[in-house]
Amino acid sequence: MSGLTPFLSAMGAVIWKDLRAEWRSREVISAMLVFALLVILIFNFALDLQPNVRAGISSGVLWVTLAFAGTLGLNRSMAVEKDRGCLDGLLLAPVDRAAIYLGKAFANLLFMLLVALIVLPVYGILYNTNLIIPGLLLVIFLGSEGYVAVGTLLASMAVQARTRDILLPILLFPVAVPVVVSAVKATGGFLAGLAWEEIQPWFTLLVVYDVIFTSVAFMVFDSVVEE
Amino acid sequence: MGALIEVRSLVKRFGAKIVLRQLNFSVEAGEFVALLGPNGAGKTTFLRILASLARPSMGEVWVAGFRLPQQAANVRRRLGVVSHQPLLYGDLSAEENLRFYGRMYAVKPLESRIDEVLELVGLAARRRDLVRTFSRGMQQRLAIGRAILHDPDVLLLDEPHTGLDQDACDMLDGVLRQIAAQGRTVVMTSHDLARVEDLASRFDVLTGGRITATQPAHGLARDGLLAFYRQALEAQRSLRGAVQ
Ligand SMILES: Nc1ncnc2c1ncn2[C@@H]1O[C@H](COP(=O)(O)OP(=O)(O)OP(=O)(O)O)[C@@H](O)[C@H]1O
Ligand SMILES: [Mg+2]
Repeated sequence: MSGLTPFLSAMGAVIWKDLRAEWRSREVISAMLVFALLVILIFNFALDLQPNVRAGISSGVLWVTLAFAGTLGLNRSMAVEKDRGCLDGLLLAPVDRAAIYLGKAFANLLFMLLVALIVLPVYGILYNTNLIIPGLLLVIFLGSEGYVAVGTLLASMAVQARTRDILLPILLFPVAVPVVVSAVKATGGFLAGLAWEEIQPWFTLLVVYDVIFTSVAFMVFDSVVEE
Repeated sequence: MGALIEVRSLVKRFGAKIVLRQLNFSVEAGEFVALLGPNGAGKTTFLRILASLARPSMGEVWVAGFRLPQQAANVRRRLGVVSHQPLLYGDLSAEENLRFYGRMYAVKPLESRIDEVLELVGLAARRRDLVRTFSRGMQQRLAIGRAILHDPDVLLLDEPHTGLDQDACDMLDGVLRQIAAQGRTVVMTSHDLARVEDLASRFDVLTGGRITATQPAHGLARDGLLAFYRQALEAQRSLRGAVQ
């Protein structure tokens, strides 16, 4: 019990700091949002398809958008830590480094969900589909969680390198494939109005990968960030 | 384990490049060590290892009885670090930066300590301004405030006078004297003798990847210190010449 309070308090401090700074600059969110809206707009014109075909590719387009925008956000959020040496400041703190990781990941997840929350209705209007389905929203949450869990870890590795802007997608996309694929399949299932029995395997896979990615990242973060 | 900081046969490698070779170093509680040495000698690298920010390639490092890097968590609470970079968030104000770090160090009571520190480093009037709008010297002042916020036993400073004006230098010297008077331990790097001569209780010279000379301050006149430093550098140069 006594170990939990400092852990949560450190995690809370990191989240508070990230949200506060983002509220001021809106740097991460605005970059992600502009990018995401551009992508779905371009897809909208590029894929001038029949409505039924559109419905079939919607989930793919949606997750491509979220994944790329997410990478942008992850890079920005770590670049902030590198700016004035803040990452060192975090690592010097006498707290469990897993708390730092969870704090960063939580803030990144909030940013990604916020972007999704704005993208979904816009997407729905452009593509004339209703995306506000409870099951689908849950998939968006779970998919984002898995993506951000592994993304936050890899971003903190990539930030050490000079080529971090390219390095992160190169590291992240192959690793995140299972999460993205199962999220795409589950999203597609909900959009096509499939029965729960047909969606469930993908849904379960998504949950399993979330748990695996989050716990592995939680455990290895400490050894990844040190020189 | 008598010494507060004890380093034995420390080696630090970056790839094939060896920066610290078999460095030995020991500091008693309450000492104020000025670590001198030319550019690229490895002062920053050494301090980063003491601060648990970098791992030794070989050798033993003990701080306050704890082994680094294995027991780093125990060491961090007692360390204050001023590095080349200010370790501050540009999009947070001065007080928000301190509030964040204060929470990371579980400082209590936090708000009164923040007031105290901002007053001490002369930034009370700018406490609500964003750090990104601060000048280099003001950021350095706040970095010093951040380092002493949790009242550390050991202060590691890497050229802390960089970018400070005369006022701020006096402020920093005042803070350092106060800390030294409280019996805290300080290791500070510098290549400016004038800056450290009045502060330190001991001078160590880092050249060629190890401590090549050490000299207690007491009784040492200004010219004596200069001669000591010149001699240490000269000895290193002739040594390198002999090897080649
Ligand atoms: N991350 C790194 N990767 C490779 N080499 C490094 C790294 N960090 C430091 N070095 C090398 O280690 C040597 C010592 O560097 P360091 O920054 O410790 O010197 P310093 O004594 O602090 O110099 P200065 O007085 O200029 O601050 C240099 O030759 C530098 O190139
Ligand atoms: Mg240096």
